[in-house]
Amino acid sequence: MKIKPYGDTLNDGKVQVSFTLPVPKSAKGIAAAKEIAKEMGIIDPSVVHTENLSEGFSFYVVYGSVKAAIDFDRIHVEEITNHALDREEIEKIIKDEFDRNIVFVGASTGTDAHTVGIDAIMNMKGFAGHYGLERYQGIDAYNLGSQVLNEDFIKFARDKNADVLLVSQTVTQKEVHLKNMIELVELLESEGMRDKVILVAGGARITHELAKELGYDAGFGPGSFAEDVATFAITELLNRKRGENNAN
Amino acid sequence: MMNKLNINQSVVESCRKYAKIIANDVQSFIDQHTTVSVERATLRLLGVDGTDEFQVPLPNRIVDDIVKNGNISLGVSTYLASALKSSGLSLSDFLIAYKNEEVNICGHEIIDQDATFNILKPYYDSGLKRILENKAKRTDFLTKFPREKTDIYVIVATGNIDEDVIQAVSAAEAGADIIAVIRSTGQSLLDYVPYGKTTEGFGGTFATQENFKIMRKALDEVSFKLGRYIYLVNYASGLCMPEIAAMGALERLDVLLNDSMYGIIFRDINMQRTFVDQYFSRLINAYAGIIINTGEDNYLTTSDAVEEAHTVTASQFINEAFAKKAHLPSKLMGLGHAFEIDPEVEDSFLLELSQAQLAREIFPDAPLKYMPPTKHINGNIFKAYQQNVMFNMVTTITGQSIHLLGMMTEAIHTPYLSDRYLAIKNAKMIQKSMKSLGDEISYKPEGIIQKRAVEVLNSAEKLLKQIAEDGMFNSLAKGVFAQTKRSENGGKGLSGVFRKNKNYVNVVLEKMEESFNEN
Repeated sequence: MKIKPYGDTLNDGKVQVSFTLPVPKSAKGIAAAKEIAKEMGIIDPSVVHTENLSEGFSFYVVYGSVKAAIDFDRIHVEEITNHALDREEIEKIIKDEFDRNIVFVGASTGTDAHTVGIDAIMNMKGFAGHYGLERYQGIDAYNLGSQVLNEDFIKFARDKNADVLLVSQTVTQKEVHLKNMIELVELLESEGMRDKVILVAGGARITHELAKELGYDAGFGPGSFAEDVATFAITELLNRKRGENNAN
Repeated sequence: MMNKLNINQSVVESCRKYAKIIANDVQSFIDQHTTVSVERATLRLLGVDGTDEFQVPLPNRIVDDIVKNGNISLGVSTYLASALKSSGLSLSDFLIAYKNEEVNICGHEIIDQDATFNILKPYYDSGLKRILENKAKRTDFLTKFPREKTDIYVIVATGNIDEDVIQAVSAAEAGADIIAVIRSTGQSLLDYVPYGKTTEGFGGTFATQENFKIMRKALDEVSFKLGRYIYLVNYASGLCMPEIAAMGALERLDVLLNDSMYGIIFRDINMQRTFVDQYFSRLINAYAGIIINTGEDNYLTTSDAVEEAHTVTASQFINEAFAKKAHLPSKLMGLGHAFEIDPEVEDSFLLELSQAQLAREIFPDAPLKYMPPTKHINGNIFKAYQQNVMFNMVTTITGQSIHLLGMMTEAIHTPYLSDRYLAIKNAKMIQKSMKSLGDEISYKPEGIIQKRAVEVLNSAEKLLKQIAEDGMFNSLAKGVFAQTKRSENGGKGLSGVFRKNKNYVNVVLEKMEESFNEN
């Protein structure tokens, strides 16, 4: 089945476009706008409106029909299987499935002074329009900041009954992060806490594979947002909870 | 006084009373402390500027030097004056020698407070004079070009100051009265202010003194051309609040985002640091005649705008109380609030109207900053344009002062030239077509709007009473605002807070305070 944009008749191909040109409003500007529309593949473009935005800039609203027709049956999309839930969905799961708040404790541990990563995931404002965990209802998020010793990190996590630990490592010079990350796992194990928490690592050079290898539950690299981390953690918590219920 | 909402003035007075208790309590802490950024701001106002060969700003280098090798709790004024006296150098010669490591800031005989004032007099006189000249220049502009009741405020955020200038001038020509240059992501967490002109930023442009100067010059030119004085805005919140205020005062910014608690709540900056810093930065703004803006609108992008409206009102009272401590008059208190209720909520427009009118009536002389919908805008530009119409109507009907325009492309990209233009036209049409609507309207006694206002005000009073009892620090630890918990010793920047020595001196701060106490 071939399809085109729909205006008021099947396959009429009608579209609307608006844009600014860096020239004053004029007959020449309108002609230029039409030419641009034609270059875009719009047949019979009609500039229905133009006005000056400011000195040297004019705005155009254009209608027309596009030639493009797509065979809809030939479109194949890779379905994302493990896609991140959005904040509302995560909040709803916490509300529906847990009778308490979920506690996340995060820090840039060891000597690492970089907090941009952990702040992007945890701070209220988040990053690039993705709100941080502090903004999630049903999540108590504690961001301990930078240069937190593994011992202090564990103590705080124990005091707060943390469900999820987020470890941010930015400095990877001389593999300093590996030593520090391994030390944390060993300390958690000796304290008998490793199985009680979900342990997540993040950072510019962290991969999921590396994190698993070091004994973490997950690793997040660049381009990860709070919802990615929260989706993993909540799903994992839910799995563990259901596992416990089934065992009982 | 206007009282369309039939609010009980004794409740308003009670709110102010609790807010005063809260601010007094914190002020006694503030008065006993200084911070590295307060000291750096002092240096900037004495005329210390520039960077060393490693691009470290000189104010940072000097203050860090004293922290390491001296006793910063005596104040940087003491050290600078002692060094100048002992070396016999002028400030500019001293700075050159200091950069070349030919002279130290520490290690000189420490002189007393009176001698410190004597030595530094030419420098603080010159800084303070420049600020007062800027203030006078602004007054001239405003006399020549009187303003309308509501100012239209738009944002530029290209990352490149040259591109920002093009966008800002274009917006001014389209009708904007206030231009804000958004800062680069993360600048609030830098414990220094970058130096010089910048053309690369992330999601915004670095706030530097040179960038301030470039934009001011461009806006002055367009102000003359249009016969309207265009305000310039930047953002102080963060680890360098007083320094940004100092730079703003020196370069004639007109409005500065300078909340007393924003950094604590939204940037996890230590509360001791923030409270001490906000006092000096607001004092500078008061001296320079710069309008402060507060960030209550942020509470509502975090929490539910229906349930948490009273936290906005409570916070406005607290911000007002802190502003009074810093000698800011009402006309410089741009208290913030926002149109953030989900438009799917029945009668949400009425609730917004009620809240905006409430703020207007409680703070009749304040240039209230009203923020547009952002939380419930999702990429449907047509719906967003409609939401902004409703927002603009509330703004006009309730006579808000600083009208921060909503963009139909909110949540998609930083505004295109045309996005900003269409937003300005939207607001202008409503300003014009509904100009006197607010004066014509009275609200139904005990109706939805009046009842809502009473409810919000009563809840705010209750919250303020609780905060006054618990203390500000404990209340922030409990997460009273934006449901965010912060601890007294947590967050960034605590290591830059110092208890003042009994011989502490800050020549600039004291001169500014003195000028207010004389009046």
